[in-house]
Parts: sequence; C-alpha cells; structure tokens
Amino acid sequence: MARPRVGVLSLQGDFARHGAALAGLGAEPVRVSRPEQLRDLEAMIVPGGESTTMLRLLEATGLRAPLEAFVRSRPVLGTCAGLVLLAKEAGELPAPTLGLLDVSVERNAYGRQVDSFSCPIQVPALGGPFDAVFIRAPRIRRVGAGVEVMACASDGEPVAVRAGLAAGLAFHPELTPDRRFHRWFLTELAGLALPAERAGAATAQGSGGRA
Amino acid sequence: MDQNEQFRIKVGLAEMLKGGVIMDVMTADQARIAEESGACAVMALERIPAIIRREGGVARMSDPRLIREIEAAVSIPVMAKCRIGHLAEAQILEALGVDFIDESEVLTPADEENHIAKQGFKVPFVCGCRDLGEALRRIGEGAAMIRTKGEAGTGDIVEAVRHMRSVQQEIRRIQGLRDEELMAAAKQLGAPYEIVLQVRALGKLPVPNFAAGGVATPADASLMMQLGAESVFVGSGIFEVGDPDPKKSEEQRRDQLRMARAIVQAVANYDKPEILAQLSEGLPKAMKGISAAAIPAGEQLAKRGW
Repeated sequence: MARPRVGVLSLQGDFARHGAALAGLGAEPVRVSRPEQLRDLEAMIVPGGESTTMLRLLEATGLRAPLEAFVRSRPVLGTCAGLVLLAKEAGELPAPTLGLLDVSVERNAYGRQVDSFSCPIQVPALGGPFDAVFIRAPRIRRVGAGVEVMACASDGEPVAVRAGLAAGLAFHPELTPDRRFHRWFLTELAGLALPAERAGAATAQGSGGRA
Repeated sequence: MDQNEQFRIKVGLAEMLKGGVIMDVMTADQARIAEESGACAVMALERIPAIIRREGGVARMSDPRLIREIEAAVSIPVMAKCRIGHLAEAQILEALGVDFIDESEVLTPADEENHIAKQGFKVPFVCGCRDLGEALRRIGEGAAMIRTKGEAGTGDIVEAVRHMRSVQQEIRRIQGLRDEELMAAAKQLGAPYEIVLQVRALGKLPVPNFAAGGVATPADASLMMQLGAESVFVGSGIFEVGDPDPKKSEEQRRDQLRMARAIVQAVANYDKPEILAQLSEGLPKAMKGISAAAIPAGEQLAKRGW
C-alpha cells in the first residue's frame, strides 16, 4: 500500500517533529520550502515556530501564493504558529495571514516562555483527554460562524478549531508521543488510508528528550 | 509539574527556534532590525562579542532596563546571557521574563569549576560546547539547547567548524559502540551514562544543537547547517556591518538589515547554492574580523566552560 505523501511547511520551526510524527503513522513526510515541492501532496501541516519569520520567508521564497492555493482546496493542519498563519485575524504581522479559518487569535497571549505550560484537554473527536503542550501559545479570541470548536481548555476557552478541511490547534501535538491528533487529521479530516503502522513507532519518536 | 514535563516544555521552545537565526542585539532599534529581517529570536546584550574583545574588562549580565526595552520592542523570543556559574544573574534574568538564558563563555566566567544547576529553573537554558562530553555535561545539568562554540566576535568560522565536526564525529562513534563499551565511553567523555545511551539511540543530541560564533556571511550560515547545526546564532556578524559614523546611521541600518535578511534566508535555503549565490551578491562588506588563529590561547573565549 502506498504511503500518503503529506507536506510539512519547512521554512522555520519544528517541522522535524511533525515529520517524525507522520512517519510514525505510516505517512511519507515531505519537507516543503519551495513551490514545486507542493506537487502530489495529499495534505499539509503548518508547524509551530515564529509566525513572523515564517510569513517573511513565505514572501521571500515565492511560496505564499501556491501554498494559499493548496490549503484552500486540500486538508491542512496548523499548530501554534501554524494556527496563527491559518487564522483570519492575528493582530499586527509583517504580512497578511492565509485567512483560512474564521477565527481571531492573539499571539503569545499566555505570556512569555516562563508562562508556557502543559495540561490535559478534553477532545471529543479523540474520545477523551489529550495532553496539550502550550509554548508561548496563541489564544483564540473569536470563533466565527461555521467554525467548529474541537476542544477547550479547563477555563472554557477554545484551543482547537476546524472548518472544512482545515484544523488549527493552539498547542503542539508533535511534542508529545501521543499520535491520536495526527492520526485524526490524516484519517478523519483528510480521509487518507494509512498503511499498517510500524510497531512501536507511535511511542518511539521524540519524547522531548530525557524520557 | 514534574521535572520531565518541565523539560519537555523547555526543549519545546528550542524546537520552535529550529531553522531560524538568533541575533545578538544591543538596543531596541537593533532588535527591531532583527525582527524585521526575520530573526526567530534575539539575544539582548550590552556589548556584542567583537566589542567585548576590543574593550576588554569584565563582561557581565546586561542591565535589566536594556532587557525590558528589548522585550517591549519585539514580539519574538528574547534571550539574555549570564556568566558561567552565576546563578544569581540567572535568577534575575528569569525574573525579567527572558525566554531563554544563555550561560555563556562570552561573558567573564563567575565559576571556574561549576556551571549552574539548570533543572531548578522554569526558564530554559542554552549552553556552549566544544565537544560531545561538554555538550552532555550541560544537558545533564538541564540545558534545553546546545550551541557548538565558535570563537565569538572574530567573524572567523574556523572554530565553529572544528567544534561542530568534533561533536558530530563523536556522535557517530558512540552509535557504533556495543552495550558493554558505553560506560567506558561515558567515563572517557566525562558525560552522564544515561545521556550517552540516548545519544546512541537517537544518533543526535537529545536537545536541539545550534551553531554559534564566527558566522559572518550567508555562506557561513549554510556551512554550519550542512555540518549538522539545526539553526545559527549570529553575534557580531550583523551589527558590526556598515559605517559606524553617526552621520551615516541610516545607511548603516540599511546595510545591517540587508545582511540580517540574507543570513535568515540562507539558513532556510542552506542546501540550495543557486539561492545562496543570489543572497550573497552585492551584500554590504562583512565584518572585518580577526583570524581566530591570531588570538593567544589565554584570550580564547571558546576555551571557557568545563
């Protein structure tokens, strides 16, 4: 069975961790930093990193227009800075966001790195709690009509949203060994069939260093 | 939150900085130039290494006012340096809300034997290394990011290359060892055994590894990425560019922004020589620098760290 080719925007940020997560689930991760690399991809992940850096590099590499066209018609998952890039409004930035998800986000809205944290969140689509890691994370301040809230933090604030073929998370599922969110994205949202997973792959990857 | 979870969050920020450029800045305006160029973080300090080298004297943590001004000026992460072993400076930097502390050999060491016990802090630390043993000792103390040391403030890449090659060669050697050889390897490296095991399993350091010291051109940045760096720090390579004559400050700002942009794009395109050629064309003159070989052993910053 062919492995589905899934792109990871690789201009800056933690694209390697998303790539490892995809490989662990039997997909073929493809690093995307040039327009021609978008060819023959089934879906796309926009990772965490610095949104201002990524927006500038999107312009400089000529990747912006082709990426925008791709995510308007194909499945896309944005995490943290990736959510910022997919959002309709995200405050003052060096270039407009892609505007795919009708939400307003506020960058670094929990504070600085000393305010970064992890906590379990309830995700009905995954059938229960999920350990979410928030790093200088954005907050979702407004959710537009037609956008579904997938998960809220304990204070009731939305931290995961989806609309059509796009999903955006304020946290980092790639930093924990739990692959349910990536699997949900590939199989449920993108409708891809995954080959049998490599034994143990879901737990062997990236435990954040010292397990 | 337990220490493993805390460490995951610290390393998480280091992961987010990968593929980016972290720039030394001395003023809020330089921080804005860095952000405008696409830097993924800035390092706030009073004197960039080239100036420390010229002026001499004891180099210490920056004035908190400068750090606050820089934090207020940009939305990207702000790092700051403390002296090796100076845990009080580190506590102050944590209280200031810096996003990463660099326990740095560029400042005058406060302790010639011990580094800071970094696990106890909420803020993540980056530390320099010249070889694998030094890297793993720092990770054992709780560093969430490693940077291989170059000779800071020289504009000469040779030491950064030497130390990156040394780390990568030693990692490859560890990968080839049998179980019963790993304790002897740990002993020889002076490194914690458990982390040596992780290095063998991962084939890389268990935390991100960036390059620092001597990066002055887009080609230098590409070289370090090709040798295995996951990102680069640029210290003096940007704000030593251009004519320092105050009458030409606009011109100098433009030159610095151009060099900064070119290095940011060089890291993102490090494996595409045709793009690197475009980026390198007609750039402002890189910092004059000083050959690392011309620096007497006693004045080499990279040798600090134990």
